[in-house]
Amino acid sequence: MTDYSPTELLIATIAHLLQGCRHVAVGASSPVPGSGALLARLQSGGEMRVTVLGSLKNNFFTSGGVELFDLAAQGRIDAFFLGGGQIDGEANINLVGTGTYPASEVRWPGSFGSAYLYFLVPRVILFREEHTRRVMVPKVDFVSAPGTSAPNVHRRGGPHALLTELGLFSFDRQRRRFRLESVHAGHSVEEIRDNTGFEFDCADKVPLTPAPDAPTLAAIRGDISTEIAETYPRFAEQRLGTQEKTRKQTTGNR
Amino acid sequence: MQDEPMVSLEALAAAVPDGALLAVPKDSSGVAMAATRELVRRGVRGLHLVCVPTGGIQADILIGAGAVGTIETSAVTMGEFGPAPRFTAAVRDASLRVMDATCPAVYAALQAGEKGIPFIPLRGLIGSDVLRHRGDWKVVDNPFDQNDPIALLPAIRPDVSLFHAPYADRYGNVFVGRNRDLMTMAHASVQTLVTVEELVDENLLEDPARAGSTLPAIYVSRIAVAKKGAWPLALGENYPDDEAMLSRYVSLACTADGFRIFLEDWLQQQRVAA
Repeated sequence: MTDYSPTELLIATIAHLLQGCRHVAVGASSPVPGSGALLARLQSGGEMRVTVLGSLKNNFFTSGGVELFDLAAQGRIDAFFLGGGQIDGEANINLVGTGTYPASEVRWPGSFGSAYLYFLVPRVILFREEHTRRVMVPKVDFVSAPGTSAPNVHRRGGPHALLTELGLFSFDRQRRRFRLESVHAGHSVEEIRDNTGFEFDCADKVPLTPAPDAPTLAAIRGDISTEIAETYPRFAEQRLGTQEKTRKQTTGNR
Repeated sequence: MQDEPMVSLEALAAAVPDGALLAVPKDSSGVAMAATRELVRRGVRGLHLVCVPTGGIQADILIGAGAVGTIETSAVTMGEFGPAPRFTAAVRDASLRVMDATCPAVYAALQAGEKGIPFIPLRGLIGSDVLRHRGDWKVVDNPFDQNDPIALLPAIRPDVSLFHAPYADRYGNVFVGRNRDLMTMAHASVQTLVTVEELVDENLLEDPARAGSTLPAIYVSRIAVAKKGAWPLALGENYPDDEAMLSRYVSLACTADGFRIFLEDWLQQQRVAA
């Protein structure tokens, strides 16, 4: 029996999704993906290269902001993370706002690099903790970046997974549909359906998202917490410190 | 040196005309906040602000002060402090024209500006509403291949680029370190205005360890010394973000009245400090 927090589960799940990558890049304002990528590097025995934007230690770029995009275009980045104020069932993402553009009712910061990186990075992990019907919508109000493209559009990348506070989905690019792969402990398929505004595929019996094992938790609480604090000190203190309530994982949980 | 580039902060700000196409860097690359204060103080209007490739408190203050007609950017955000309040409000009441972009598009268009070519192709974009709403971007077929659509972006050639750097030498060369975005901006712009923490005596181009990280004087129109010139933003390893100030800004600026209180205070404070 191990105690772990929801944040630790997300970090461990991200590290699992990154297995086998040579180079993972993490964009701005992404402490959980950053932690997951650093954990994946540790688990790879240092084979994996990780670039954390905003970090000094984990960022080798010397050609300015353009370097990330040029690397992606050349196939030198295997995985990246995107989010969205809205995400729909075809994996379209909206980082711009709700309502009718341009006079959005709610305006978010903007599309950042999504309209480019979504096309070019093979394993894009959609990470959005909030899993509600206001985020997981039938159709996004603004397409910052489309989930899929016509066959003649140059596209080597796209959505690989969607990870939220409730569960983990994979994405089938041919069928343009998400598939629920696992549910986090303490949540259910019904809860996910109730909070998702689009249809998704799902097996009769959906497994629990694997709990992080003891060495993984030790790494997150030790090296990873220290390393991510360089870029995200508040996150490390508030969500990887002792302040977040740990969830008791019970073996008999469904 | 043919012209003396060293000027006062006021004279530097005076070189940004109303209506200028003004390029500014992202928060971590050296934002000329002290010079921005001078711009606001003199009541600059009608700017076409190009954020390279995103904007923060600088863009938000300029928008709140009524200085910006058009903003071309991939995002405006206060990062972990939250949404940019005056940007958000200006979008809601449609008092600001926004040309939504994506980061690599801003870089690519500036690179076209550097090269003096009229446009540049860029991957991605096709099928996005970012592209659909940009009437100045086009999709063509790759002329070297078949059935390969690709987006074309017109070059960006800013009238002025404005940024803050750790130091310059007395010959007008500016040390930018790894912030290569600043080089791209300066290369593409007609004029480049730079504020620095300090001036150094030695010629930076004669130091092989620093020459490659130095923007040569040929690109630099005016330099003004401004101590803590990026404050409340960080300047590399010189000083960190003033988190208390940034939090205070976000909480005040969420209303128009609160923003006015902030602005009066901000303009006043600096006059005393200067």
